[in-house]
Amino acid sequence: MPDPIISIQGLDAHYGDFQALYGVDLAVEPGQVVAVIGANGAGKTTLMRSISGLLKNKADAIRWQGRPIGALRADQIAALGIALVPEGRLLFPSLSVEENLIIGGQLGRKGPWNLARIYQLFPILQERRNVPATALSGGQQQMVAIGRALMSNPELLMMDEISLGLAPVVIKSIYEALPDIVGEGLSAIVVEQDIAKALSVSSHVVCLQEGRVSLTGGSGELSRDEISKAYFGV
Amino acid sequence: MDWINAIIQGALLGGLYAMFAAGLSLIFGVMRLVNIAHGDLIVLSAYVALTTSVGLGLNPLLALVIVVPVMAGFGYALQRLVLNRTMGDDLLPPLLVTFGLSIIIQNALLMGYSADPQKLQAGPIETASVNLGPITLGVMPVMVFAIAVAVIAGLQWMFYRTALGRAFRATSDRQDIAQLMGLNRAHVFGLAMALSLAVTAIAGVFLGIRTSFDPAAGASRLIFGFEAVIIGGLGNLWGTLWGGIILGVAQTLGAKINPGYQILAGHIVFLLILAVRPRGLFPRMDG
Repeated sequence: MPDPIISIQGLDAHYGDFQALYGVDLAVEPGQVVAVIGANGAGKTTLMRSISGLLKNKADAIRWQGRPIGALRADQIAALGIALVPEGRLLFPSLSVEENLIIGGQLGRKGPWNLARIYQLFPILQERRNVPATALSGGQQQMVAIGRALMSNPELLMMDEISLGLAPVVIKSIYEALPDIVGEGLSAIVVEQDIAKALSVSSHVVCLQEGRVSLTGGSGELSRDEISKAYFGV
Repeated sequence: MDWINAIIQGALLGGLYAMFAAGLSLIFGVMRLVNIAHGDLIVLSAYVALTTSVGLGLNPLLALVIVVPVMAGFGYALQRLVLNRTMGDDLLPPLLVTFGLSIIIQNALLMGYSADPQKLQAGPIETASVNLGPITLGVMPVMVFAIAVAVIAGLQWMFYRTALGRAFRATSDRQDIAQLMGLNRAHVFGLAMALSLAVTAIAGVFLGIRTSFDPAAGASRLIFGFEAVIIGGLGNLWGTLWGGIILGVAQTLGAKINPGYQILAGHIVFLLILAVRPRGLFPRMDG
């Protein structure tokens, strides 16, 4: 088994007095897509915020290629090559579509992704590149959010609920772009509420329930019963 | 003709007020920091210019070459070492800290320079003028206005055409997501304060050439700056220039009616505009 690109061990997370994660373990190998599933409030988004440095952790709870990174700031995490597509897209409203993409690449990391490649992946964004990012439809905004994360040429791409609030046909077109994205050899963590979607794009699944890992295994190996028990806790 | 003359003089004075306001507007726009010490930082700049020009025997206009980077460096250090520690969801802590800073600056200037009014001596250019028919324009006010327009145009260009401006706008929109893009918020804030104080330095030098100043002169400059920002509409730099011009014209017209009405007229026009258009004359569309 290759060494994991990122390994999380015994991660706790708190919002004030409220503890949101309890001893979460997770590892992603190079080129692997790991799905994180779980009900609302299970801690999926908290896990993303912890990894990306928006929440402070114990330094050795998160290791990047063996190196402890849990206590780094978000901008330092980004510089390592970890990019997050945040839940709710959270584009910059005073920036145009193209400026949103450019600022995603402002770290200047080398790699396959640049403006031209993003526009090739999502041609509609090129047409609308000069409009304010928040003037786009929800699906197009999600494309910008994904493009913005890719522009940093990450080694690990984390996508938090990218299908939330979008029409099924739009979700389908965004998920159709995923193989092209992951085909570049990057690793990914995909957070989803839609279990079928999550299983279809990933090779490994981690299920969270009330801040704890309730199930983990190969995406093709888990039965529906096991998953629904881990998901709902009944 | 006297009235037209007063309007023109007031508009030119408005350039100076716009420069007072631009630095204030910039840091509020980028980091929602209301800098109560802004007026005192303008006066501090004038004193730094005084020391440099007297100490090195430089014309105060040449002293700008030193005062601007000194104040910018001071701004960066101030933000990184002091103000960043107060930044958060609550607007109050930075407000209180800059209030304290205002008192510290005033008293430090009082100790260092005494309460005597000072003035920057820029030489014959101060009294030079050009005649345009019946109107006589001072070279200095015209130059100050031209520089104010250039400063605002430069800030506008920086905000909308450069990577730094993009970083400022992104940080202003969503601080945490901007960090995910690899922007160190503490550094971005430091740069915004440095830029703000660079503009403040220019404003302070021209204030000191135009009129005498003393350690307590900052408060009214802060008010003029605030009024220009609010009249023009928050977050709109060209609006800030218009705000400065309206304030300047109101003051000179007030002084024309009765010399005692100068400051009062400015405040009345400000209050009227605030009552009729609470978001200013040119609010930013997405604000």
